[in-house]
Amino acid sequence: MAEAALALESCTKLFGREGAPVHALNQVSATVRAGRITGLLGPDGAGKTTLLRLAAALLLPDSGRVSVLGMDTRSEGMAIQQRIGYMPQRFGLYEELTVQENLDLYAALQGLSPVEKAARQQELLALTALGPFGGRRAGQLSGGMKQKLGLACALLRSPSLLLLDEPTVGVDPISRRELWHIIENRRAAGVSVLISTAYLDEAERCEDILLLHEGRLLVQDTQEALQGTLSGRCYRVRREGTPRRQLRTELAKRPGVLDATIQADGVRVLVEGGSPPAAPSEQWDAVSPRFEDAFVNLLRGQAASLQRPEPPPPPRRDLPRAQDGPAVIEVKELWRRFGNFDAVKGISFQVQAGQVFGLLGANGAGKTTTFNMLCGLLSPTSGTLRVAGQNLGRAAAAARARIGYVSQKFALYGNLSVLQNLDFFASVYGLGRQQRAIRRDWALSHFSLAPYARVNGQDLPLGFKQRLALACALLHEPLILFLDEPTSGVDPLARREFWSQINGLAESGVTILVTTHFMEEAEYCDELVLMSQGEILAQGSPQAIRSQAATRDLPSPTMEDAFIALVQAHEAGLRRAS
Amino acid sequence: MKRRLGALIRKEFLQILRDPSAIAIAFVMPASLLFLFGYGVSLDARHVPVAVVVELPDSDTASFVAGLAQSPYFEPQSFMDVTTARAALRQRQVEGILWLRHDFSRRLLRGDTAPFSIIVNGVDANSARLLEGYLQGVWQNWLQQRARTSGQPFAVPAYSTDRIWFNPALRSRNYLVPGLIAVIMTLIGALLTAMVVAREWERGTMEALMATPVTISEILLGKLLPYFFMGMGGMALSVVLALSLFAVPLVGSVWALSAASALFLLVALGMGLLISTLARNQFVAGQLAVIVTFLPAFMLSGFIFDIGSMPAPVQFVTHVVAARYFVSILQTVFLAGDLWPVLLANSAALAVMAVIFLGLTWRQSRKRLD
Amino acid sequence: MFARIRALVIKEFLALLKDRATRVVLVGPPIIQLIVFGYAATFDLNHVPYVVYDEDHGSASRQLLAHFEGSPTFRLAGQVSREDQIAPLIDNQSALVALHIGPHFTRDLLLHRPAPVQVLIDGRNSNTAALALNHVSSILTAFNLQWMKEHGWHAPPALPELRSWYNPNLVSRWFIVPGIVALLTLVVTLLVTGLSVAREREMGTLDQLLVTPLRPIEILIGKALPGFLIGGLEAAVITLAVILWFRVPFNGSVAALALGVTLFLLAVIGIGLLISTLASTQQQGLLGVFLFLVPAVILSGFSTPVSNMPEAVQWLTRINPMRYFLVIVRGVFLEGADLAVLWPQYWPLALLGAASLSAATWRFRRRL
Repeated sequence: MAEAALALESCTKLFGREGAPVHALNQVSATVRAGRITGLLGPDGAGKTTLLRLAAALLLPDSGRVSVLGMDTRSEGMAIQQRIGYMPQRFGLYEELTVQENLDLYAALQGLSPVEKAARQQELLALTALGPFGGRRAGQLSGGMKQKLGLACALLRSPSLLLLDEPTVGVDPISRRELWHIIENRRAAGVSVLISTAYLDEAERCEDILLLHEGRLLVQDTQEALQGTLSGRCYRVRREGTPRRQLRTELAKRPGVLDATIQADGVRVLVEGGSPPAAPSEQWDAVSPRFEDAFVNLLRGQAASLQRPEPPPPPRRDLPRAQDGPAVIEVKELWRRFGNFDAVKGISFQVQAGQVFGLLGANGAGKTTTFNMLCGLLSPTSGTLRVAGQNLGRAAAAARARIGYVSQKFALYGNLSVLQNLDFFASVYGLGRQQRAIRRDWALSHFSLAPYARVNGQDLPLGFKQRLALACALLHEPLILFLDEPTSGVDPLARREFWSQINGLAESGVTILVTTHFMEEAEYCDELVLMSQGEILAQGSPQAIRSQAATRDLPSPTMEDAFIALVQAHEAGLRRAS
Repeated sequence: MKRRLGALIRKEFLQILRDPSAIAIAFVMPASLLFLFGYGVSLDARHVPVAVVVELPDSDTASFVAGLAQSPYFEPQSFMDVTTARAALRQRQVEGILWLRHDFSRRLLRGDTAPFSIIVNGVDANSARLLEGYLQGVWQNWLQQRARTSGQPFAVPAYSTDRIWFNPALRSRNYLVPGLIAVIMTLIGALLTAMVVAREWERGTMEALMATPVTISEILLGKLLPYFFMGMGGMALSVVLALSLFAVPLVGSVWALSAASALFLLVALGMGLLISTLARNQFVAGQLAVIVTFLPAFMLSGFIFDIGSMPAPVQFVTHVVAARYFVSILQTVFLAGDLWPVLLANSAALAVMAVIFLGLTWRQSRKRLD
Repeated sequence: MFARIRALVIKEFLALLKDRATRVVLVGPPIIQLIVFGYAATFDLNHVPYVVYDEDHGSASRQLLAHFEGSPTFRLAGQVSREDQIAPLIDNQSALVALHIGPHFTRDLLLHRPAPVQVLIDGRNSNTAALALNHVSSILTAFNLQWMKEHGWHAPPALPELRSWYNPNLVSRWFIVPGIVALLTLVVTLLVTGLSVAREREMGTLDQLLVTPLRPIEILIGKALPGFLIGGLEAAVITLAVILWFRVPFNGSVAALALGVTLFLLAVIGIGLLISTLASTQQQGLLGVFLFLVPAVILSGFSTPVSNMPEAVQWLTRINPMRYFLVIVRGVFLEGADLAVLWPQYWPLALLGAASLSAATWRFRRRL
């Protein structure tokens, strides 16, 4: 066995919340093998950042020991920091300093001689393609460029171990690919890499996997071994004439099925093992397992507390639904300008009643700006928009009673309890005393929030915050639901639950507008627009968009492939035009 | 070591140059606060409206009232009778009443003691006391003048010859402005470091710094030195304003002033660093800086309220307020000169505080995140 | 509309009072400041240290010095026997005043000849020096009158009778302590309202509120009411403490004070909300509150009189609600002023309140 670049021996790290300390890490023993890329996975709050900080000797464990490159973090912190490269979550860049000045600073801090420095910087600027931007301030770089600069700063001294904390969050797919290219290049040069990520698809690029969940190490294994346990248990199921959403709901309830998600033109199913519980008229094709399957498999096998029953979809309401009738949301030539920066550049689209409509794009694509204009939180610079026939920014307050809204950070009153939050929003939406009680009880039972009724919003686990936010937005039974990045950071099970709720609502006739930067979530939408730099690159059903990007080499591209192809085609078009 | 520290200092200066908020805190804030308060805070009454009631005017009362009119402190207003004057006092049109009754001259001529009344509005006790003092001064001047001109044999047994040292004109601005400099620099020093260190924590750059082979002393020095120079700049600006705009005399030497300021800045910056190592959030750090530095500096430094007149327990508390020592040094250097006993005693106290704050900061900050 | 505002107010109170830090801010500073201002902030002189250089040692000088020893204002810091010993004592602040009595003092007085007493005083703190000089001269006057009577001198031709209205003993605490009602009400109300909108903006809950059927004006009322209630309660509690603990006489009517508090709170809440709608983060909100608070306190007449300021600065204080409210509080407490006397203070406050509240509403609507 190769030498371990990093070894944790039953490490525990507590974080004090007066009286009730929380386990950030609980008896974690793990090793990172030298010369390999190890992925550190888990949802938000699993303990990924704590583990990386322990490895960088920025934290010491409360019990257990951590050794990095054979040195103990307790006694040899300085020596360790001479030999590692560490990039924290927000890249650790000085925004007022230029690219070159940031590189100079970190070169000096890492003790490079001027000669070494020049050669090293040359090499890294070439590798990251940041050369032309040397004089630009870090604060004015795009997310992807910041991330590459942060990485370059961490790599200045050719570290033996590279620690990266969620380097790809919110970055567009193209930048993500470039980053992985750099990481793989470094690995080829013999650097050991430990990278944490919330994107499960990135796990497939790692050779070894550490999976954390609520402070515990669920799994440490190689990529192949993990997927091996799943071979022959993943299928794609299709049934002529049944909408995918309906099929998914049906399959999810079937015994023997661990997981059912919508993917491409079918439903992806993970079964317990043995022969697939196929029904007649269904077409079951074996597919190769993905990391997410492994994660779900592990979570489902975990303690009972993790096995939350999928709540039933809300009762069907007879809302007017006319597929070809007037659009519920209409956007025409919408522009929004901030100073001299165009965040949204003349986009148009329509949403029909009862649709799940997605706005997809990386951070900075203009999704949230568009979203805020639709909700009436931001007025457009020009163009028209109508939600249920009105502009919410100008319409009477009563018009807003028809919409529900879940914001990016599940904005709730953190020091109000679940009950107080529900009561508050019910009153604000003008529900009478009786109606309030009815809806509150509905929310508590429907979203399984009853055990947390007296817990403060800020102390809820992330998945429950998300449920509470959704519950608050549904108390007044809105016709249209706006969801801004509703699934970022939550674990895959919570995400599945969330989407089944959403799809259930759509079935009952509620129109849903959702933004997301998870490309694979596009599959849950009926219609979507792909946005980049304030423009719409493509519009239509998920299948239609994917098929736009199909080539002979890649006959069935994923949504991410499609996005990259569309962006590249768009940029090529711009270059030709100029 | 040298290269790393140099790089940190260079970084800090670049940040200061490009992010105007630090320059605003270091230069614009002290200048504008000093400007506003230097003009706004004054205990010198000028042109106080005083009602004069002379029930039977003649040459004696005229000479008395003339003394009042000549004084820059008063703006005498004549009232026919004491009832209307009282009404004016009640309506706050005048601050005091000088009332010479109808038998004033008669009793003077008779050689009796002629009583007259001084009534002041006592709500603002300090101003009222000063007003009483000024009015009695007018009376005493009048007595002497009358003795001289009339040749009447009048003499008081003991009279005082006053010699006011250091501030003969008793201009309150001369002592308030140096005190204000101390109060403002306390705030600036603490705010400057507290906010910039907290900013590094918030933006995650501190985490990146700590994962490199820099030592904690280098990080602390890298913060302390740039803001020390900024603070000295702000201090110099304040002194120039005090001398030019407010015409405060500088009797002592510039270098004694600089040495004391340098020492005091170390304390103020040390406090800021300590606050920011304890509270890693700009918001809390800012709030703490205001509560633990500004208010005590304002109330308990002797800048405006005399420490010697406070109750003993409160006087005891003032010993932990760094501004107290600096106020004392500044008032002495500006008005009295380099009086070594005062300078050395107060500087020693400041040095002890600097060592305590910087030492605590150094002990508290480990190269770790928890 | 009423039900919605009620829900907002309840929410606001819960959010404020369930947070430990906020509770501390609402309770801590008022107590500390009440104590500090009540006891530390005084212009009254006590135990002023003085040294005596008595070359005379006769009966007259002993009698004069006994007057000084009997005064609570002065504290004997020592006797010196040479003139050059005085300067170091004043220099290092061991003595504020030095009394120098010449060798022929008693002889001159017994011969009915006026004799000087030289008073040396440290003028570094000019206010203290001026007050100390006043005290010295009153003591001299008292001594003179006694001496004249006992030794058959001519009585002085005129003698002032001093009277001071509203505050007969001229206790400066009576002036400062009622001001604390104004000061603390200002600080607490500004902190409650000045950060409230910014806090919700930072947490993202403001967007959440804006997409509900709440009207902007309802949201603002929901923010203003808690500030009003908390500020009003704080004012009431401190007023009671000032009356019961510090024993400052309350001569006026509760109604006059209540009207003043109401108008003052409206003006301050308007300014707080305006700061809050201008700030996008709590940090900026705090800075804004601070930038308003410090000049508002210093240029209010709280510690130094407005009338001593230059014309331009006095003019600036007209937009400071604290300036008017201080006059109202002190007027009601000490002078027993009624509504008519205080009218010139009420209407500018009302005007400031109307202006700041409309500006806040306008800003808040425009921000959307």
